[in-house]
Amino acid sequence: MNWTWFHKFASPPHAYRLLGTLRPWLFWPAVVLMLWAVYNGLFVAPTDYQQGDSFRIMYVHVPSASLSLMVYSMMAIAAGIGIIWRMKLAHAVAAGCAVIGAWFTVLALVTGAIWGKPMWGAWWAWDPRLTSELILLFLYLGYMALRASYDDVQRADRASGILAVVGIVNVPIVKYSVQWWNSLHQGSSLSLTGSSAIDPSMLPPLLAMMVGFLLFFGAILCDRVRAEILTRERNAGWLSEAA
Amino acid sequence: MSRVTDAPGLWALASRVLGRELTLAGRHWDQVAQPLLFFVIVVTLFPLATSPDLAQLRQIAPGVVWVAAMLSSLLALESLFRPDVEDGTMEQWVLSEQPLAWMLLMKTAAHWLVSGLPLVILSPLLGTGLGVPVSAWPVLMASLALGTAALSMLGAIGAALTVGVRRGNVLLALLVLPLEVPVLIFGARAVSLGMTGEAVAGPLNLLAAILILAVSLGPMAMAAAIRIGVES
Repeated sequence: MNWTWFHKFASPPHAYRLLGTLRPWLFWPAVVLMLWAVYNGLFVAPTDYQQGDSFRIMYVHVPSASLSLMVYSMMAIAAGIGIIWRMKLAHAVAAGCAVIGAWFTVLALVTGAIWGKPMWGAWWAWDPRLTSELILLFLYLGYMALRASYDDVQRADRASGILAVVGIVNVPIVKYSVQWWNSLHQGSSLSLTGSSAIDPSMLPPLLAMMVGFLLFFGAILCDRVRAEILTRERNAGWLSEAA
Repeated sequence: MSRVTDAPGLWALASRVLGRELTLAGRHWDQVAQPLLFFVIVVTLFPLATSPDLAQLRQIAPGVVWVAAMLSSLLALESLFRPDVEDGTMEQWVLSEQPLAWMLLMKTAAHWLVSGLPLVILSPLLGTGLGVPVSAWPVLMASLALGTAALSMLGAIGAALTVGVRRGNVLLALLVLPLEVPVLIFGARAVSLGMTGEAVAGPLNLLAAILILAVSLGPMAMAAAIRIGVES
């Protein structure tokens, strides 16, 4: 099998240019999809018979919650690739994922709290999903703290990479332990009311929003990885030629 | 480069590492005792902070003992790899042609023997103070035995990752505590089920499963982390 494309992608100048070309193709569709979804979600979709207009926060909450976990997996996979093949670019991707993923997690928690106040009457409840989301945030923060504490980029890459891989093994264990903990603490009185049995008229904006968030994540990741490449290669010859 | 011909086998290597660690711990027994003392003091703080009423304390006893055990294990981890990295021993371990992961596993096992096991032995005493009935002692000790071993293994990964970092102790807590959440949940759950006389096999089995997973995969992560820590 021919692996040249793989190695070519790993070369910083090539990746820098490629990501720059890719970015607008991700960013503008994301903006269009999100605007369409915001309009349809806020103005067109009918009011929920039970939750009133509060349900509309779901259009931000659900995409950020699902992305928070997806980005963590992506970060761990990128870190694993970086450790195994000693690929610097993969580490740059992992580092870029961490910050964005942590913000998605914060967004999911905040929107969840805003939704929870009118619905449950409390900003916070020790619901398994909330709790595991909070622990996920701690995992992200630990990863970033470990990266920040190394002065040498290469060592920071490898050390934080190991942590990301250990973390991804742990994520399902945390998820199930928290679920089990909660089911024994109290009856599952709290659940997202009928997230599976969602009304068809509410669904298209949600799907559009999820795809929009995903593309937006891709665009921001391009930016972050490019910035990361610039920092790492600041003394390299190809940069002064390009400038 | 010539291979060392009189290299010890795996078990001989294990007994040498264990012997060295235990001897060292015996010579610095005051340092070994500190996390234990910390465990006792933290547990003592809870009745002072909440209420001396045994009926109330009994309700929070599993959580208190487990949180205290977790913090004490964290405190003990600080000295797991750092002295050996600082005096160059770990560098020799990395350079030696012996399996690093195996040696680190044994080192962590020795660490558990001097930091985890005394805690297990001490726990009925503290448990009684918090109103844990004698009937729940076996569960308390079993959960702590499995749990502190798992905490040592998970914590050792964190300790290895932060060994190359200045002022790594707060960072260590930040990295390790979220990873240890499942151990806390299952451990405290086993104790509180045991106190009400319910079946405890479930959480104990899950703790054992976590321990087995940590023992089988943890040393590899530790070895990779230590390699990063010593090169500088």
